[in-house]
Amino acid sequence: MNSLIYKVGANLLFGILLVFSIFMLLRGHNEPGGGFIGGLIGAVAFIVYALSENIAATRRVLRVNPEHLAVTGLTIALCSGLLGPLVQEGLFAGQWLFLGATETDKGWPISSVLLFDIGVYLTVLGAIIALVLEMERHL
Amino acid sequence: MAKVTLQATQPIDQYIHLGSMLWSLGLFVLAIYHLIPLDTPVTWSVDWLGALNIAFSFYIDGLSRLFILLITGIGALIFAFSGHYLAGHPHRHRFFLYLHLFMLAMLGVVTADNLLTLFIFWELTSFTSYLLIGFNHAAARSRRAALQGLLVTGAGGLCLLAGVILLAQITGSFALSEILSGDLVIHEHPLITAVIVLIGLGALTKSAQFPFHFWLPNAMEAPTPVSAFLHSATMVKAGIYLLARLHPVLSEAALWMPLLAITGSITAVLGGVLALKQRDLKQTLAYTTLMALGTLTALLSQPGTAAVAAASIFLVAHALYKATLFLSVGAIDHTLGAKRFSTLFGLWQRDRLFAFAWLAAALSLAGLPPALGFISKEMLYDSLLQTSGTSIWVLCALLLANAMMVALAFSMSVRILRPSPTAVRTKFAFFETGGPILMALLGLWLAMAPKALDQAMRTLLATWGDTAASEIIPLGLWHGINPALGLSLVTLSLGLLIGRFHARLYRRLHRLPMVSFDRGWDHFLATFVRFAESLTDMIQTNRLSRDLSWVLGTLTGLALLIAWNAPAWPHWEWGPAPLKLWLIVILILAGTMFSLIAQSRIAAITGLGVVGIGVALIFILFGAPDVAITQLLVETLLVVLIAVALLNLPTLPKQTGIRWGHATLALATGFVISGTLWGITTQPLDRTLTSFFEQASWTEAYGRNIVNVILVDFRALDTFGEIAVVLTAAIGAIALLKDMRMRKR
Repeated sequence: MNSLIYKVGANLLFGILLVFSIFMLLRGHNEPGGGFIGGLIGAVAFIVYALSENIAATRRVLRVNPEHLAVTGLTIALCSGLLGPLVQEGLFAGQWLFLGATETDKGWPISSVLLFDIGVYLTVLGAIIALVLEMERHL
Repeated sequence: MAKVTLQATQPIDQYIHLGSMLWSLGLFVLAIYHLIPLDTPVTWSVDWLGALNIAFSFYIDGLSRLFILLITGIGALIFAFSGHYLAGHPHRHRFFLYLHLFMLAMLGVVTADNLLTLFIFWELTSFTSYLLIGFNHAAARSRRAALQGLLVTGAGGLCLLAGVILLAQITGSFALSEILSGDLVIHEHPLITAVIVLIGLGALTKSAQFPFHFWLPNAMEAPTPVSAFLHSATMVKAGIYLLARLHPVLSEAALWMPLLAITGSITAVLGGVLALKQRDLKQTLAYTTLMALGTLTALLSQPGTAAVAAASIFLVAHALYKATLFLSVGAIDHTLGAKRFSTLFGLWQRDRLFAFAWLAAALSLAGLPPALGFISKEMLYDSLLQTSGTSIWVLCALLLANAMMVALAFSMSVRILRPSPTAVRTKFAFFETGGPILMALLGLWLAMAPKALDQAMRTLLATWGDTAASEIIPLGLWHGINPALGLSLVTLSLGLLIGRFHARLYRRLHRLPMVSFDRGWDHFLATFVRFAESLTDMIQTNRLSRDLSWVLGTLTGLALLIAWNAPAWPHWEWGPAPLKLWLIVILILAGTMFSLIAQSRIAAITGLGVVGIGVALIFILFGAPDVAITQLLVETLLVVLIAVALLNLPTLPKQTGIRWGHATLALATGFVISGTLWGITTQPLDRTLTSFFEQASWTEAYGRNIVNVILVDFRALDTFGEIAVVLTAAIGAIALLKDMRMRKR
């Protein structure tokens, strides 16, 4: 797109949207958000960028192949699910670790659930970007 | 050539060859030592689908034992033979794998207790035999034969599944052991006809009975050891096993006898006639198998246990002589390079022991003393004479079929014994002739000292009741002068007569016009494919509006049908709604109207976007922010994607009037969806799940956003499936787009 306003705006939006998508991913467990929503926002960020620049530039900022990103996401999600059977629990049973937990404070939570949500995030992000970039090649 | 010999002598081949043989032989010995001395059936079971009362269970009684011994014993010889026969073949390892799988599947069929377990192994035999028949996959004939066998037996397998489920509905159990021991009289149940037809179709297709006989001769495309195994002890015998297995419970039913007696008799005679038409030994043997299978089916059609006893002995005799003959044909084909009747000339001069094995098998084929075939034929005639009048036609048909077997055996023996000036002493491979010689000797030994076989037969008959075996006279070659012996003499004379005029008959038969079921099958398949294509063309028109019409029309039609039969309509309740809700409804309606009257695609999409945002607002109002956010994002993405796609589409044609058909369908679909939602919301809301998640999401999963906790924890497996779908859909769409781009160039 050859609009200067859009290009400048898109550059700004791109960064903000990416940060926002990660913010949405991380807050998802307690507030509205999560991997799916985060992934969608991230994808919108890249689409905005792709519309202002071109496919090659978008691939450059992405650094990795979006298809690879999606498959990695699916693998991460699967691995987080396999943690359960590893400790003699059900498949996809959430595993939690509270670092530095005391009687009153629950500490810093680390969980397989977050890992799973990151997997969802990457899958959605990668799949949609891959699809949109492929469609744009037809233009 | 040097490379091939090098491959053949690789030690790994020796290991595989000997290992396979010893493994099968081990199973055989194990079966003899562990199963034969036991009088009571052996059972073994693992829970499989507990909720559906389906177990992975096995039940081994006398009938199963007989089959186990045949499968493993002949299997060992087949392995011994194939190791040599296929030495140096580039795919020999694959062959051994297939043959092993096939043997195990077959053992599964004959030992399964649960009918569904049996069905699974049944399908596995179809599948693995597909791989074996199509082993020479470079040949189109081979591929066709494999596919034909798979489709015929596979279709039969589906019938069997339906029949098995019906049978379980009637008897209340999937376990064969319970069905067989139950006192339930099921042969007067109204559904029993359907059960017999369906299970019969399964067994008759598997056992290549008329009119499904055509696949078996085509299956000769497989390497010879496979044919030997398929024909003698396995695959086609699975159908016979099933008939024998269900004989105690189903043979009293009205349809059993005519169905099996007619198909069996026709198959037996047809097999004999077609066998007389062949010059190729392997093809001839294939048709004699049809004759044997027809005989077995006809025998099992009879209600009495005498016929079952005859069938069991016939089964053993046939397995032994058929495996001998097939392997012998393989051996002469491999060594002499031909497998026609004329190849047999002077075999006696070439190798006496090998020729002796062949002659012994031919003797059994003809049913002459002192071969096992004689005992089984006497029992066959005896049992048919015992049962009442209707079986006279069966008797005549089987007599004719047997006479034709005598003729064939005569033709073979004459050629083997007649000296040939060109025949010289030939060295046949030990592994290729060892099996046939062993089986021929075993056959003779079993006939002359029938005590072991007698015992096996009596254990087998225990399934038919405690007293069933006592009515059968002990096996033996000589039972005095009786009607059966007379019939044997008639068979022999008739057979010799046919044999004498075999050459003339051969020419006559070739001039005779015959219906080719094989070509009929091609015709059927082509018609079927055309039907499928026309159906697909009708539903998938490659026009989005028509495809959508089909989907929405079906949905709406079905829903209306259900609504029509609904006992009561939900109660409509009007109530005051807040102003903001009204505003949103107006927004949605306005968006809809706008996209309906829009003159360009982009305007129509924008209208739809407004509808989507309205829906998202409703989600927010009713406390579902996650869903609302997702909805908004998807709407945004959709608009972007469509905007990109629009650039590639032609502009919208000028609208001329309203498309009434589409309008009606759209309204009806909207009506149905709204009605369904309305019906659901008027139902009292079950809050069990809601309160569980409200309570558990913080205490058990440490999350306050219930929607997200459900997605990533409680229902994580579902979410995993969904993201896999997202990825798959994307890959599919990308592949389509790439394909389009390729074609553009």
